[in-house]
Amino acid sequence: MFRLFKKLGKKDVFYALICVLLIVFQVWLDLKLPDYMSTITALVQTSGSKMGDILTQGGYMMLCALGSLLSAIVVGYFASYISASFSRKLRKEVFEKVECFGMEEIKKFSTSSLITRTTNDVTQVEMLIGMGLQMLIKAPIMAVWAVTKIINKSIEWSALTGVGVVILLVTVFGLMLIVLPRFKIVQKLIDRINGVTRENLTGIRVIHAFNAEEYQKNRFEKVNNTLTNTQLFNQRCFAILNPIMNLVMHFLTLGIYFIGAYLISEAHMLDKITLFGNMVVFSSYGMQVIMSFLMLAMIFMMWPRAQVSAARINEVLDQQSTIQDGTKKEGLKGMKGVVEFKNVSFKYPDADEYLLKNISFTVNKGETIAFIGSTGSGKSTLINLVPRFYDVTDGEILIDGVNVKDYTLETLHNKIGYVPQKAFMFTGSVRENVAYGENGQGEITDKKIEEAIEIAQATDFVTKMENGYDGHIARGGTNVSGGQKQRLAIARAIARNPEIYIFDDSFSALDYKTDATLRKALKNYTQDATSMIVAQRIGTIMKADKIIVLDKGECVGIGTHKELLKNCPVYQEIALSQLSKEELENA
Amino acid sequence: MPRGGRNFEKSKDFKGSMIRLLQNLKPWRVFLILALTLAMISAILALIAPHKLSDLTDTISSGLTPSITEETVGEIMMDNSISLEDKNKFQEVLQTAQKDEKEFLVKMDTLPQTIYDKIKPVMDLEKVKSIALLLTIFYIVSAIFSYIQSFILTTISNKFAKNLRSRISNKINILPLRYFDNHEMGDVVSRITNDVDTIAQHLNQSLSVLVTSITLFVGSIIMMFITNWIMALTAIAASIIGFGLMGLILGKSQKYFIQRQAELGNLNGHIEEIYSGHNVVKAYNGETKASEEFDMLNEKLFTCNRKSQFLSGLMQPIMGFVGNFGYVAVCVVGAMLTMNDIISFGVIVAFMIYVRLFTNPLSQIAQALTFLQSTAAASERVFELLDEEELADERNIQKTLQANQVRGDIEFQHVKFSYDGKKEIIKDFNAKVHAGEKIAIVGPTGAGKTTMVNLLMKFYDIKEGDILIDGVSTKELTRDNIHNLFVMVLQDTWLFDGTIRENLKFNNESVSDEEILEACKVVGVDHFIKTLPGGFDATVSDNDTISQGQKQLLTIARGMLENAPFLILDEATSNVDTRTEELVQKAMDKLMVGKTSFIIAHRLSTIKNADLILVMKDGNIVEQGNHESLLAKKGFYAELYNSQFESFSE
Repeated sequence: MFRLFKKLGKKDVFYALICVLLIVFQVWLDLKLPDYMSTITALVQTSGSKMGDILTQGGYMMLCALGSLLSAIVVGYFASYISASFSRKLRKEVFEKVECFGMEEIKKFSTSSLITRTTNDVTQVEMLIGMGLQMLIKAPIMAVWAVTKIINKSIEWSALTGVGVVILLVTVFGLMLIVLPRFKIVQKLIDRINGVTRENLTGIRVIHAFNAEEYQKNRFEKVNNTLTNTQLFNQRCFAILNPIMNLVMHFLTLGIYFIGAYLISEAHMLDKITLFGNMVVFSSYGMQVIMSFLMLAMIFMMWPRAQVSAARINEVLDQQSTIQDGTKKEGLKGMKGVVEFKNVSFKYPDADEYLLKNISFTVNKGETIAFIGSTGSGKSTLINLVPRFYDVTDGEILIDGVNVKDYTLETLHNKIGYVPQKAFMFTGSVRENVAYGENGQGEITDKKIEEAIEIAQATDFVTKMENGYDGHIARGGTNVSGGQKQRLAIARAIARNPEIYIFDDSFSALDYKTDATLRKALKNYTQDATSMIVAQRIGTIMKADKIIVLDKGECVGIGTHKELLKNCPVYQEIALSQLSKEELENA
Repeated sequence: MPRGGRNFEKSKDFKGSMIRLLQNLKPWRVFLILALTLAMISAILALIAPHKLSDLTDTISSGLTPSITEETVGEIMMDNSISLEDKNKFQEVLQTAQKDEKEFLVKMDTLPQTIYDKIKPVMDLEKVKSIALLLTIFYIVSAIFSYIQSFILTTISNKFAKNLRSRISNKINILPLRYFDNHEMGDVVSRITNDVDTIAQHLNQSLSVLVTSITLFVGSIIMMFITNWIMALTAIAASIIGFGLMGLILGKSQKYFIQRQAELGNLNGHIEEIYSGHNVVKAYNGETKASEEFDMLNEKLFTCNRKSQFLSGLMQPIMGFVGNFGYVAVCVVGAMLTMNDIISFGVIVAFMIYVRLFTNPLSQIAQALTFLQSTAAASERVFELLDEEELADERNIQKTLQANQVRGDIEFQHVKFSYDGKKEIIKDFNAKVHAGEKIAIVGPTGAGKTTMVNLLMKFYDIKEGDILIDGVSTKELTRDNIHNLFVMVLQDTWLFDGTIRENLKFNNESVSDEEILEACKVVGVDHFIKTLPGGFDATVSDNDTISQGQKQLLTIARGMLENAPFLILDEATSNVDTRTEELVQKAMDKLMVGKTSFIIAHRLSTIKNADLILVMKDGNIVEQGNHESLLAKKGFYAELYNSQFESFSE
């Protein structure tokens, strides 16, 4: 937490200092108020006081109150500035950091965790600063100051206040001990409710088909019951706080008056009136002491939560990206679209086993290379090494004769048109989605966009959308189907006009017909671009210039469809599982 | 949107929703009324207490002044036991009283005991004790009441929330599938968690706060006027300025809070999008644009954030100021009145507390009202879901077909169907399927292959025509009955978060462990299950070692355990590696044995030996027949079939 505070800028620290000074001033005024009150009380008590005196004292008191209000406003202004600008800065830093991450770091944290760290966790810390900062400064000053004011007035009253504080603190901390762990459970149970409901919704057909409505209901009720009971327990416990707080405050006042009555009746004539004034004042100071301890307790309640969030944010900020930027901005002269793998091996840093072992091949300009193999054979991993989502463990990958690590990431990515396994859509228009990003070749023209959409076989459905090319794509692309998303993602790569296309199983959601037409159009269009294709279907890759068959991270065959069909058993097996012998021969 | 993002949403029909909400609370009305009555009583006690406290103060202060009256002075003078010297001294002291009061008090202490005893101020300690006792009882009773009250309300609101959650969850299962076509899953989930939570929390807090605050507010006004009307007017007048100010700020800050939630939602949405599309953002050099957008949204959030925080932070200091202002006003006016002997000092003390009781509730009422607003908005969403039209009532249906007695014939007679009532998707479909036959449904993605599943399973009702099972119209059968006749294995391998055994058994409690093992053996998944930690008791959750293909095998095994004459099979196996796919294929073949099967085909080898192929395009059945006859037609099917051999470089 304190590490995060170091991120406060000079301006913020300066503002914070002003706040501290103003808060001290405010506390001084707040504690001065009861003095005036007591004077006024005394004046009212003593017969023969002049009305003017009361007015003067009242005036002073109002000045104090006004001063306190004004400084509270200024403090509030600065505090809100500090916390809002702090969260703005922190959020920005985390966001920038995550943008620099490679896949490895993303995988380590998981996307959803990174999202909560950038949003919720930052908000948590912001809340502590926004509300806590003022309390954190004010509460101790107030507590100490108020205590010194009352401590020598009367042992009995002080002791009573002490008892009040102790009761309050014991209640608050006792509750925290009992309830806090259960809050975490509640969070988990809510996730469970969420989970069961989601399950029910995604499996609604299956549930209907199996007539399992009752079964599902019982599963839900079980979680529902536990959640309700845990929450009931928590809230019932918490309900005790308010009555106890009120009791303490009321009894403090009552106690002070009660003890006061005895003290006064025992006192000497001269002390009686002073004592009476003190009594009235003490009851308000006592309240201040209690309030300041309550504030402290609240900070103690907020602190652990914010602390957890702060730790999670720090984890992200401390994570070094393994992908370091290179410096080169061009490949070797005369080379374009050449990809070479030289003895490439890859494993995750913490893993024992290699996912890819000793892969070597070269693709030249205009060629198509395809990768096939069962799940876990490493095809996707291999292809992800080219845009440096991961870096190779051993060996090297050259594009246009230069190691991919030596390029600036921007240059490297400008050479590549990557279509991921899971087509990703941004909120915005179709046009914006297709023209996404920068390719170092200037803005992508509307003509180019439309052409790309045409090649990706998406013109049909895009023109049918409301507003056509400017049609809206909802968050996550929920308003277009899987196949449509995939086609738009392909159009995005085409619009980029890259040297090298990478298709990571990007045709899987398309039916055979669309798949075939799309690839034909694409081939015509990208005569001189290099394509790297990962696929499951034999049909998709049959006519590639080179097919690489992967099995458990090793290359078990390189060649054309025909060659592999003859000499690669793994390839034969895959082919036969999809097409009959005669179909294969007919093709 | 994040949780709480809806907190400040306005409801469409506040009054209507609140009434509806209260009607729903009817089962708990006795407790509800009890709780609210208790809240009121404890508020009233809090109101009477200052009155008693003022009595206490008066009693104490009456013990401050010496009782120097003509009577006591005379008594002292007449008393023969007091020496003349002392009497003179007393006279002397009395004279100073006219000049300097302080001097007089100092001198009083020097008076001989005999005289001092006669004139010393006397405090009625018995009265102090009895008032203190009364107040103690007041406070304790009030505390107990307030605890019982929140205990009851907490219980009610949680039980109510539980009840709502159950109702929504049940509702999901009796909604027509049509509902899910145009409602997002996240939306339904958020109603069951966020909205219900909002209702429960806010109802719990606002109701008691509202009752307490209104009682305090009205009560303190009444009490003030009963005690002294001049002081009451003073206190109210002094507070009105403050309230005006507060209302102004409240309105403003509310506006910024709504804005802040919206901006936060936008920013979070952007973050979510960029993070989940991280690889695309990187590969397309979209970082700069993403950062720019982030900065823009972050800046907007900063502005609203700052303003809303600042304004909402003002509330308390202003409240404090209003309190102090009221205090001074009360003191000054009170002092004036005291001096003119219109009121006693105790009245001032009482008013000091009334001012506080009077100013505090208003901001609480304001807050409770905003809470109720969002409660109303949330309950509108919940009730909207609960009011959705349910599946058609089936209580009148008498006929039942026993799964083990059905032959397995199915006939489509002039079936017409449309999802939206406008665009007819299936136009006059006729087909006769005999027991044990195999029907393949093919077509490009999005051609409406699942429509057939929906009709067969009676997930949707057909518009015209009829589907007959063994000559019995499906209209005359309950959905449950039809479901019993079908085994359905879908492409999205749906398994729930539970053990493998629970998943295979599902709702069929009568299945024995032996049968489960047997089914797994047939499917070929038994070996894999044994390698899992815990075997059949291993849990299936989202992200673990069970691959997509293995999940598919498990769903097939689950289908295997259900004995039914019909089978619906969605055989897509994308994302499954070729070897597992082979295993899946074999398992499916075994599943088909002896059943009339409807297969949503993705691989053409399946189609060829099908007895009937239904070719679908854009929701329509465009062709039907067997493989040979369809190829000979050279229509859409032929095109589709041949496309798989079209090459990459052609």
